[in-house]
Amino acid sequence: MQVSLIHYLILSAILFSLGIYGVITRRNAIMVLMGIELILNSANINFIAFARYAGMQLDGQAIAVFVIILAAAEAAIALAIVLNIYHRFNTVNVDEISRLKE
Amino acid sequence: MNLYDIVFYFFAFVTLASAGVVVFSRNIIYSAFALLFTFFGVAGIYVLLNADFIAVSQILIYVGGILVLMLFGVMLTNKVIDVEMKTGTLQTLPASVLVALIAGALCGIFYVTDWKIVRGVSAPATTTNSLGEMFMTTYSLPFEVASIVLLVALLGAAMIARKDRLPQIKNQK
Repeated sequence: MQVSLIHYLILSAILFSLGIYGVITRRNAIMVLMGIELILNSANINFIAFARYAGMQLDGQAIAVFVIILAAAEAAIALAIVLNIYHRFNTVNVDEISRLKE
Repeated sequence: MNLYDIVFYFFAFVTLASAGVVVFSRNIIYSAFALLFTFFGVAGIYVLLNADFIAVSQILIYVGGILVLMLFGVMLTNKVIDVEMKTGTLQTLPASVLVALIAGALCGIFYVTDWKIVRGVSAPATTTNSLGEMFMTTYSLPFEVASIVLLVALLGAAMIARKDRLPQIKNQK
């Protein structure tokens, strides 16, 4: 079967599901972040696949660049927050962190 | 099956297998390094889709930036020397059911929908030139906003992660 749009869409669907699984089952905050990165990557695959198969319109690729930019910003902020939480509560288990302050 | 298909299946396999390791591995270091291969596989997929600029940005930003940041996070929040870096999972069974439902629904929707594919469009040799033009014309406002977001995010991250912030504030009072 010739590789076409549907192959890329199903690849991104599986990657998205794996990311969701990581986000909802892991208790380590950094693992949750990794799951979010997987989800963002799967969304990017969709954007670029649609851009390619809609007659090589580049708008999808432009949006993908913005997604990458926001992923970088999100990772930086989230890791700073996780480091602070670890400093305060001495754990990164998201189930144990239920208060905003000590 | 031509070369394009073989390369696609290779990169898809690399991406999904390493994403599986990321999600299912008990050791967070293994997860972080498997994430490296996931990002490389996704970059290969981008190359197959004629997105050369995005593929290179993916490698530069994700592998060079975000992954290193993640590894720093892992190293700084786990006691590397005395405790094994295992991470627990919870509610595996309901999560599996939910995720299987999501995956099935997504794949079904993707398969059933009649996507309008434009055929016979030859891809340009490079996309960087036209992408740069778009950022300076059509997407100039979002581009500027994104740059401000990055600046604010990085300043905020540096501010939040500083260790001696609280004592200083107390001293000023």
